[in-house]
Amino acid sequence: MLSTAAGTASQDAMSIWEYANPKKFMQTSAWALPWVTGLAVVTLVTGLVWGFFFTPDDYRQGATVKIIYIHVPSAMMAINAWAMMLVTSMIWLVRRHHVSVLAAKAAAPIGVTMTLIALFTGAIWGQPMWGTWWAWDPRLTSFLILFLFYLGYIALWEAVEDPDTAADLTSVLCLVGSVFALLSRYAVLFWNQGLHQGASLSLDAEEHVADTYAWPLWVSMAGFVLLFVTLVLIRTRTEIRARRLRALEARERMA
Amino acid sequence: MVDLGKYAGTVLGAYGVTILLILGLVWLSLRKGAEMRRRLEAQEKRMGRNG
Repeated sequence: MLSTAAGTASQDAMSIWEYANPKKFMQTSAWALPWVTGLAVVTLVTGLVWGFFFTPDDYRQGATVKIIYIHVPSAMMAINAWAMMLVTSMIWLVRRHHVSVLAAKAAAPIGVTMTLIALFTGAIWGQPMWGTWWAWDPRLTSFLILFLFYLGYIALWEAVEDPDTAADLTSVLCLVGSVFALLSRYAVLFWNQGLHQGASLSLDAEEHVADTYAWPLWVSMAGFVLLFVTLVLIRTRTEIRARRLRALEARERMA
Repeated sequence: MVDLGKYAGTVLGAYGVTILLILGLVWLSLRKGAEMRRRLEAQEKRMGRNG
């Protein structure tokens, strides 16, 4: 019985690594992309239109509460994109699968855009609510450092000529930067000071945003996740093609 | 149109910049993807012709 279970688990584990094959990844992503893209557009538009047009003003924050539908999902994706990059970078370091590290490379520009959106919408929301665009608050500061790590990660890929060396170095940088991705998420809990509040949505928190705001926020968050998946698939396909192009050009030069 | 009151500039500014950044990212991703696809196809065709 146990050996059967172990055998099934082993087969399942094997099936995950099939996607490390660039050809298999290209085939599967070509099939999945139209569906994921369609779903991303529908959920994103539904979440944002619902939140913007069909939710009431907050009794304290007024209409600025509508910023929650872009600020929270973008901040969530800024952290989760780095988490995804960490996992795929670790897979590269341990198993040397190129598709994995190319997916991490593909995710970085999406992550930096999400971080920028979170920082900008936070600042523009903070000004009327806190009376300041910026404060050296633990969460804000760790987010700024995460933004700088994203820039460093992208710059390092461009700076190193050998792709495998670049993959190694960026993977290590990703591991180090994960400290700040983690701090961005939990800074409010680690240091009970600063202006930023805790989680807006939490299944175990005693107090969070009212359902009127929470439901469109969940939809908007799903939209941002699907947008991220769509863009990662598109950009990873581009990176795989770029790698193949480099290989063919090198083969042509050698001939 | 939704009445955003005195926070109209704040809310519309936040949404406007977000939408611009996302559309810019999508456009860049699609443009780079199309360019790489074209270059790879041309290279494969050339190498196929030359054996």
